[in-house]
Order: sequence, then C-alpha cells, then structure tokens
Amino acid sequence: MSFVAAATPTTTWYLILAAVLFGIGAVGVLVRRNPLVMFMCIELMLNAVNLSFVALAKKLGDIGGQTTVFFVMVVAAAEVVVGLGIIVSIMRRRPGATADDISAMKG
Amino acid sequence: MELVVFVLAAAMILVGAVGVIVRSNPVHAALSLILTLFGVAVMFVAQNAHFLAAVQVIVYAGAIVVLFLFVIMLLGVDRTEDISSEPFKVQRPLAAIVGVGVIGLVVAAVVSSRDAIGTRGEGLNVADVVGDGDTNIKQLARSVFGDYVVAFEVTSVLLVVAVVGTVLLTRRIKSAGKDS
Repeated sequence: MSFVAAATPTTTWYLILAAVLFGIGAVGVLVRRNPLVMFMCIELMLNAVNLSFVALAKKLGDIGGQTTVFFVMVVAAAEVVVGLGIIVSIMRRRPGATADDISAMKG
Repeated sequence: MELVVFVLAAAMILVGAVGVIVRSNPVHAALSLILTLFGVAVMFVAQNAHFLAAVQVIVYAGAIVVLFLFVIMLLGVDRTEDISSEPFKVQRPLAAIVGVGVIGLVVAAVVSSRDAIGTRGEGLNVADVVGDGDTNIKQLARSVFGDYVVAFEVTSVLLVVAVVGTVLLTRRIKSAGKDS
C-alpha cells in the first residue's frame, strides 16, 4: 500500500481524520441524552469541519479556508453562549431534564 | 517527524472524542473535549495555521470549555449519570449504523477524489500559505479585513445579539412570582 508507505501525512490523511471525528460527534449527538453532552458533540463536529477547512486551505494555497475557520469559531462561540443560556433556563425549571423531556417544548 | 506529530495529535483527537461520548460524568466529558481541542490545535500548527491554533486554544479550550464546566457546576449535574440503560432500544444500533455510514461515505469520497484535490487550485484567490507565523497572520488579516470585511462587521452584530439574548433568556423575572 503506497498509502501507508508515504512518510509525510498528506491532505487525505487529515480529511479522513476529520471524517472520523465528525462521525464520532454525530454518533454522540444521536446516543447521548444529556443536553450538555450533546452540545459538546456538536463542538466535535464543528472542529472536524474546521480541520478539513485548514487542511484544504494549505493544499490549495488559499487563505480563504482559514478565514472561514475564523468565522466558524466566532459563530460557534455565539452559539455556545445562546445554547447554554437556553439549557440553563430549562434546567432551572425542570432539574435533571434530558433531551426526551424537553421534546414537548411546553416550557 | 511530521508523521510522529500527526499520529500523536490524531491519537489525542480520537481518544478525546470517544471520551466525550462514552464518559458518563459530564465533567469528564468536558475534560475529554479539551484533549480533542488541543489535538486539533496541534493539527492547525502542522498545517501552518498558527493564528488559528492560538485562537483554538484561547477561545475553545479557554473560554468555551470553561463555560461548559461553569454551567455543569451551576446546574449541579456534575455526577455520574446512568448511560447503561437505553429507553429506546433501537437507537444505539441505528446511531452506530449512521455513524459508520457517514464515516464510510466521506472517507470513500475523500479517497476517490484525492488526485483531484490538488488540481482545483487554479483560478482561486491563491495566496501562498507559507510556514512563517507572521506571514500567516498578515495574510489572514488581509483576508478578514479586506475581502470579508462585511462578514466581519456582521459578526460583531451577531455577538451583540447573542450576549443580549442570553442575558434575556437567563434573567430571573422578579415581579412575576409564579416564574421565580
């Protein structure tokens, strides 16, 4: 296999790693019921996409990929703030709520 | 050397990611998330994205995970939850199938197009992404404050909206007795 024989990791390696990381995050969102842990798994998926953006930015010689990662980080920070605010306000009303309990969305 | 860095960082990323979804204590999951985020930061350095690596450590590992831990402590869910039982029996096998399917499809696409990736550089806004940290920051700054300056300004609006919205969401209403 010439794939393994190559001494330096190529872009393909990084993209495969990003795919595996994304898959683990997706499984986490589907399996876990604690809203906080589901949120962490969303962060995992965002990081997987960031990794593939950076790998392709280097491969294509285009700084635009890194710019996109910069904006993704900003949006992720805003998303975490709002999401944790929602979780805090839900948990305050119903302590120990899981994703199943919130599905009715009755407040 | 690059191979060693890649293998070690990939091990950090994967061990941390698996730790996030199998640890039953949310605090341990958050600490595993830090391991993954540091691994991704190492990958960024290996890919000449020095500024993003610094931002990754400061914003993600520094701010976001601390926010997670803060909320975990605030809500008092820092105890082990029972994840051995599953009320909806078919969910875990289905999730495993979905995960394997997603990974398999993306890996197949990446491997089958690995020769095409290198040939798509023509016609793009090609700035040579070089290894020097200063050059990387300069190129990124030209891109953010030049080509994408409108998106940058809209980002500031987004952050203000997020902060104001969160304060409104988590505020305790003092006058309404039934809410508090």
